[in-house]
Amino acid sequence: MISTQRLSRVFVEVADTLVADFDLIEFLHNLADHTAAVSNAGSVGLMLADEAGQLHFMAASTEGAKYLELFQLQHSEGPCLDCYRTGEPVTIAELTVDDTRWPTFAPRARQAGVRSVHAFPMRLRDRVIGALNVFDEDPVSFRPEDVRVVQALADVATIAIIQERAISRAETLTEQLQGALNSRIVIEQAKGMIAYRQGVDVDTAFDRLREHARHSRVRLADLARAVVSGTTDIPASEGA
Amino acid sequence: MAPGEDGPTAVPAIEDLCRELTERLGLLGVAVNLTSGQGSAGVVAASDDRCRRLDELQFSAGEGPCYDAVQWSRPVLTPDLVTEGTARWPGYTSTAVEAGVAAVFAFPLQVGALCLGVMDVYADRSGSLTDEQVGAALASARLATQILLDGGPGLGDAIEHRAEVYQAQGMVMASRGEGAAEALARMRAHAFAQDLSLLALALQILAGRELLEDE
Repeated sequence: MISTQRLSRVFVEVADTLVADFDLIEFLHNLADHTAAVSNAGSVGLMLADEAGQLHFMAASTEGAKYLELFQLQHSEGPCLDCYRTGEPVTIAELTVDDTRWPTFAPRARQAGVRSVHAFPMRLRDRVIGALNVFDEDPVSFRPEDVRVVQALADVATIAIIQERAISRAETLTEQLQGALNSRIVIEQAKGMIAYRQGVDVDTAFDRLREHARHSRVRLADLARAVVSGTTDIPASEGA
Repeated sequence: MAPGEDGPTAVPAIEDLCRELTERLGLLGVAVNLTSGQGSAGVVAASDDRCRRLDELQFSAGEGPCYDAVQWSRPVLTPDLVTEGTARWPGYTSTAVEAGVAAVFAFPLQVGALCLGVMDVYADRSGSLTDEQVGAALASARLATQILLDGGPGLGDAIEHRAEVYQAQGMVMASRGEGAAEALARMRAHAFAQDLSLLALALQILAGRELLEDE
């Protein structure tokens, strides 16, 4: 079930995160993609917590509205939020509509076709900074080794966000976390601008932004910032 | 007061905020400065006159934690100014240390690409902020951002941290050719007037039903 070739690619990319110029948001999207692939899941999303303990959407393997809503819903309720609060993985092999733990999340998730939900904490020592969600349209039970692999990927995301393997300054965590949360907001603002100008939906706008960032080798958040400040524009499609 | 009606209420409200935060943190003081495009426009509010002068030292030196916080769009926390600041901001550090500053914590007032200024927290002893102190400072910085966007503390509704709100903000900016601050202030004023939540308005904007054209 777990593809080792795919895993080794993830760890090569992780090594790349330790250089100065690396693109955090793009990396987190790639990590979500890889996690979805290795676990055969329908969608994988990453949520980060701010200082007040509110979860914010950071990256997902599918930008589709139905999943995005489920990620965001967990701002107030859901397996991801429980996982963040307890610091322990939450594994729901088969979600029922009437799951009393999440009276809002459970029916909405089932309505979106989600049958199984797993959430893994993103931990730094004794602190939890967010959680990684795995959604699937079929009932899925993770074997203990699968849980370990996906937890390892969640740990990788934590390392990437902090950008330091051993934090010597407590301040670095706050600085990087707040920077990452703000980068996500800039990207949403840029998506809206591109969507309006090019008459496309926000998912397509994001694909174009991401494509252009890769093409011109700039960081996604830097490109988004340039779009919002009006110093650059995104072509309707690359190479056209 | 009416939203967007910029006026004399914002500065006293931010000064109150600086004083409240100072008391809550039990530290030397808090100051808020505003940025204008390239550089900084200067100090607008402080918990007391001494902190106002301390904050001005960054502008006299043309360097310091608040400049870096704006450039990197994230907090810049310096729990020991002598150790960490001497190489980073040599001019600023020597004058600030001489004036009695031992630690500076700079929190940008920002909403994505929009950065209005920086809230600086000063301490006369070196040492890290606790998680609770960081949380209180971030909450005050968010409140100061909202006060600056509204021109007063009147609306009271928190900026809803949902992707759709920011996407809609981007659409309003693109359709009207206006800046991030104006677009967000316009959305909040419109939501208030229509008795909608900011998120509900954002969903209507994304669906192409609101605010994208001048009638």
